[in-house]
Amino acid sequence: MTLTCIMLALLFAGGSAWRAENHWQGSAKWLALIALALLATVFAVFVMSASNDFAQLQVLSRVSWIESFNIEYSIALDQLSIVLITLTWLLAIICVLVSWYEIQSNVGFYYFNLLLTIAGIIGVFVAVDMFLFFFFWEVMLLPMTAIIAIWGHENRQFAALKFFIFTQVSSLLMLVAIIGTGYFHLMQTGQLSFYYPDWLLLDIPLSISQYLMFGFFIAFAVKLPSVPVHSWLPDAHTQAPTAGSVLLAGVLLKTGAYGLIRFVIFLFPQASLQFAPIAATLAVVSIVYGAKMAFAQQDFKRLVAYSSISHMGFVMLALFAFNSTAYQGAIVTLVAHGLSSAALFSLAGMIYQRIHSRNLTDMGGFWQSAPRMGGFALAFAGAAFGLPGLANFIGEFFSLVGAFQVMPAFTIIAALGLIGSAIYGMVLFQTSFQGAAKQDIIDLQLRELLICGSLLLMLLAIGLYPTLLLKFSFGV
Amino acid sequence: MNVLLASLPFYPFVSFLLLIFFGKRLSWRLAATISVSSMAISALVSAILLFELSVTKNQVMTANLWHWFELSYAMGSSDVNVRFYLDGLSAVMISVVTGVGFLIHLFAAIYMKSDVNFSRFMAYMNLFIVAMLILVLADNLVLLYLGWEGVGLCSFLLIGFWYQEQSNVLAARKAFIVTRIGDTSMAIGLLLLFNSFGQLNIEAVTLLAEQANSLSAGTNAESADNIYWIALLLLGGAVGKSAQLPLQTWLPDAMAGPTPVSALIHAATMVTAGVYLIARMHGIFLLAPEVMNYVAWLGALTLLLAGIAALAQTDIKRVLAYSTMSQIGYMMLALGAGAWTAGVFHLMTHAFFKALLFLTAGAVIYALHHQQNLFKMGGLLKKLPFESSLFIIGLICLMALPGTSGFFSKEAIIAQLWSSDTAGPMLWWCAILGALLTSIYSCRLFFLGFLGKARFNENVQLKKSSLLRTSLIILALLSLFGGLIPLDLTLVFSSVMNLPLAQLTEPTWLHTVAIITPFIGMVFSWFYFKSYRISHLAGKEHILQPNNGRFVVFCRQGLGFDGLYKKLFIMPYQWLAQINKNDIFDQIIMLNAWYVGLWHDALVLVQNGSLRWYLAAFGLAIMLLLGVSLL
Repeated sequence: MTLTCIMLALLFAGGSAWRAENHWQGSAKWLALIALALLATVFAVFVMSASNDFAQLQVLSRVSWIESFNIEYSIALDQLSIVLITLTWLLAIICVLVSWYEIQSNVGFYYFNLLLTIAGIIGVFVAVDMFLFFFFWEVMLLPMTAIIAIWGHENRQFAALKFFIFTQVSSLLMLVAIIGTGYFHLMQTGQLSFYYPDWLLLDIPLSISQYLMFGFFIAFAVKLPSVPVHSWLPDAHTQAPTAGSVLLAGVLLKTGAYGLIRFVIFLFPQASLQFAPIAATLAVVSIVYGAKMAFAQQDFKRLVAYSSISHMGFVMLALFAFNSTAYQGAIVTLVAHGLSSAALFSLAGMIYQRIHSRNLTDMGGFWQSAPRMGGFALAFAGAAFGLPGLANFIGEFFSLVGAFQVMPAFTIIAALGLIGSAIYGMVLFQTSFQGAAKQDIIDLQLRELLICGSLLLMLLAIGLYPTLLLKFSFGV
Repeated sequence: MNVLLASLPFYPFVSFLLLIFFGKRLSWRLAATISVSSMAISALVSAILLFELSVTKNQVMTANLWHWFELSYAMGSSDVNVRFYLDGLSAVMISVVTGVGFLIHLFAAIYMKSDVNFSRFMAYMNLFIVAMLILVLADNLVLLYLGWEGVGLCSFLLIGFWYQEQSNVLAARKAFIVTRIGDTSMAIGLLLLFNSFGQLNIEAVTLLAEQANSLSAGTNAESADNIYWIALLLLGGAVGKSAQLPLQTWLPDAMAGPTPVSALIHAATMVTAGVYLIARMHGIFLLAPEVMNYVAWLGALTLLLAGIAALAQTDIKRVLAYSTMSQIGYMMLALGAGAWTAGVFHLMTHAFFKALLFLTAGAVIYALHHQQNLFKMGGLLKKLPFESSLFIIGLICLMALPGTSGFFSKEAIIAQLWSSDTAGPMLWWCAILGALLTSIYSCRLFFLGFLGKARFNENVQLKKSSLLRTSLIILALLSLFGGLIPLDLTLVFSSVMNLPLAQLTEPTWLHTVAIITPFIGMVFSWFYFKSYRISHLAGKEHILQPNNGRFVVFCRQGLGFDGLYKKLFIMPYQWLAQINKNDIFDQIIMLNAWYVGLWHDALVLVQNGSLRWYLAAFGLAIMLLLGVSLL
C-alpha cells in the first residue's frame, strides 16, 4: 500500500509542481526536491521497519484490475528492487539539483515530466504483474521522451524520436512475449495469468521458452543497451538535458539489466543458459566496441554515452555467467555505473553551462581556473576506468572473477576493455582539464560541490566497504 | 593486530587530505611542514616497526584493518581483507619508501618552493607514498592491485604536473596507458590465480605453491600449465610497471615530471614495484622455471638495450632514466636467476644512489636555469664543487666500484648468475657487458657535464639551503655505506633452498672479471671521450656537438620501439576509431529510416492531387489487372 501511495504522491507532486510554477515562479524545483526527499524517506522508513529482510520476493499488494484477462495490480519488493529503487531516489534528487538553473522554459511541466518518469521507473521495479510491468514500462518512456524532445539540445527532436522508436519496437516484442507466456499459462493450467510468481512455477519446454525468452531479451538488450542495438543511446544521452542524461544513464539503463535478471534469467533459466554464448559474445563486443567508440568521440557527453555501453557489457557478461560472484558483480556495477555516469554527465552539464559547448576541442586547461572541478573530473574518470578503491572496480572485478570461472576466453577479451577504458578516460580528462588553458571558467559552486561530493562519497564508500551492497543476496 | 603497522599509510594520507582541502590557503612554510613531517613520522614508525619485527618470532607482523569483500568460487569462498603483512621483504620496501621518500620530500619542499602549485605537488607526493605503502604491505593481491593502480595514478599526475605543456600531458598519458597494458595482464593473472588456487592471499598462495612444489611429481599437467600462465601474466604486470622490455617505452618520457618525482617514483620506488611483485610471488615463479628464464632474459635484454640507449642521450635526466631501466634489468636478471635476496638488495642500494643522482642532477639543472642538455653544460666540477662531488659518489656507486653499495649488490647478483639453473653463462656475460656499458655511459655523462670548459654563459644560481644539503649528504652516505646493511631474507625466501643446485663448476676468473670490468670501461672512456673531457679538442672552441648520425639518433630514441609501437598499435587504433566514427551499426539501423523516407517520398509524389493523374493510374491498374487475369 505504501508503495502505491508513493507512486501516486509522485504523480500528485508533479502535477502540483506544474500548477504551482504558474503562480509562483521558482516554486516547482523546491516542490519537486521536497517531495522527492520526503518520499525517499518514507520509502526508507517503510523498508527498514518491514518485518522481513526481502531476501525473497515479497508481494505487497494484489488487487484485481482487468478481471476478464485475470490481470492484476500487484506489486512486490525484494533486495534487488530495493537497491535499484534506492539508486533511483538518489539520482532523482541529483536530477533536480542539476536542473536547478539549467531549465528555464516550461519549468513546471518539466518537473511534472521528471517526477512522472521517476514514478514510472519505480513502478517498473516493483510490478510483478506482467501487464502492469508493461504499463509502467510505457509510463516511464513517454515523459522521458518529452524531456529529451522539449528541453534537449540542438538535435533534440531527432534524438527523442530515435529513442522512442527503438524502445517502442523492442517493447512490442516484449508484449508479444508477455502475451505468449500468459497464453502458455492458459494452456498448461487452464487459466490466463500474468502474475510473475505464477509464471515462475511454469514448466515451459525449451522449444517454446527460447522464443519467449528471446522476446524479452531483445527488449532489455535495447534498453541496456547492447551492441548492435545501442545506437539510440549516444544520441539520446547527448541531446537530453543534463538531468535527462543522468536519469537515462543512471537509472533507465538499469531497468534493462533488471529485466534481464528477473524476466530472462530467472524466468527462463534453461533457455538463458542455452543462449549464454550469444549473450556473452554480444557483451564482449559491447565492452570492446563501446570503449573504442568512446575514444573516437569529440563530444564530452557522447564519449560518456559510449563508455556506458562498454560498462553495461560487463553487466551482461556477468549475468550470463550464472554464478553468484558474477551476479554480485553485475549488481555492484549497476549501482556504481549509475553513480559514476551520473557524475560525469553532471560534470558535462556544469561545463556546458559555463562554456556553452560539449565539444572537447573547445575545452582544455580547465584545471587552472577550476581545480576542484578538475579533481572531481579525475576521480569520476578514474571510476569509469575502474580505479580500485572506487565502486566500479569492485563491480568489474567481481564480474570478471565470476565470468572467468565459466568462460575464460570471453573474460580475457573483456578484460582488454580495461585498457580501452583507460584510453578514453585519459582522453576525456586530459583534453578537458589539462593542456594549455583555452579559457577560464568559474569553479564549482556550493550546489555543484554538493552533487559531486555526495556522488564521490558514495562511490568511495562502496569501493572501500562493498559489504554495504554485498551483504544482500539478491535472491540467489 | 599491530596499531603502528596499521597506521603507517595514514600519516601521509592525512597530510594529503590537509593539503588538498586547504592547499590554496596554506603558506609554503605550513604546507612544507605538514607534508615533510608526515613523512618523517612514517619513517620513524617504519624504523620502530623494523625493530619490532626483528624481535618477533618468525619475523612476520600483520594488521587487519577491515573486511573488504568475500570472493566465492566453485569449492567455497575466500576473504579479501584490507590487511597489512610485514615480513623481511616488505620491511625492506617500507624502509626504502619512507626513508628515501622522506629525504626526497625534504629536498622537494625546497626545490619546488617557488612553484605556484606547491601544495598540490606535495599532496600528490604524499598520496603516492600512501599508495606505495599499501602496495608493499598488502597481504593479498587485490589490495596490492589497489596500491599498484594508485601509484600509477600518482605517477600520471606527477609526470603531468606542469600540465599546461602539451608534451607533458602526452608523456603522462603514455606512461599511464602503457603501464595499464601491463596492469591488465596482471589482472587477468589474478583471475587465473584465483581460479586455480581459490585464494588471492599472498601468504596462502605461496603456501599452496610450496605444497604443490613438494609434491611436484603429483601435480598434473593442467595445473602446471596454469601456473606457467599465471607467472607469465604477472610478469606482464611487472614489466609494465618496472619499464622492462617490451613495455619500457614510457619511462624516458616520464622525465617530463619535476626532478624530485623522477627521483622518488621513476627511480627509487614505483618502478621497482615489478621487482617487488616477482619477489613477493616467488612461490609461483619457482614452479615455472621457464618463466624465470624469461624474466632473466628480459632483464638482460633490457639491461643491454637501456645501456646502449643511455650512451646516445643528450639530456642528463634521460641518461639517468635509461640507467634506471638498465639497473632494474639487473634486478630482474637476479630474480630470474633465483638470486632473490641479491635482487632485493640491489633494489635497495639502487634506490639510494639513483635518488642521489637524480636529486643532484636536479640541483645542477636548477643551477643552470633549467638547462638539461649535457652539451650545454661542462666544467661544473669547478663551478659546483659540492653537487659535483655528490654526483661523483652517485656515479661510482652506479658503476659498482669496489667498496660502494652498488658494488656489493651488483657483485652479489653477478656471482649467482653463472651457476644458476635458470640463468647461466650467457646471461653472466650479458651482465658483464651491461656493467661495461654502465661504466662507459657514466663516464661519458661525467665528462660531458662536469669536466672541460663551461659551455654556458649565465651565472649559476644556487639554493643555499642546509636542509637541502643535509638530505643530499644523507643519501650520499647511504649510497656509500648502504652496502654494509645486513639483509637477511632467508625466512622470506626459505623455499628457495629446495632448489637443486646446478652441476656447473665456476671458473676461477669469474670474480676478477666482474670486478675489473668497470675499470676497463673507465679507461676506455678516458681515451674515447677525450673531446668531452677537454672541450677545446672539439674543433672550434666551446662548441661541442652531439653526434647526429642515423644510428646514434636511432639509439637516442630508444632503439626504435616508439616508432614500432606507433605503427603497430597506435595508428591502427586511431585509424579504426576514425574510420568508424559514425558507428557502422547505427548506419545500418538508420538504413531503415532511410528506407521509410524513400517510400514517403515516392508516395508523396503519387499523392499529387491531380485528377488526371489519378484517372490515368486507375486505368492503367485496371488494364494491368485484366491483363494478368486473362493470361
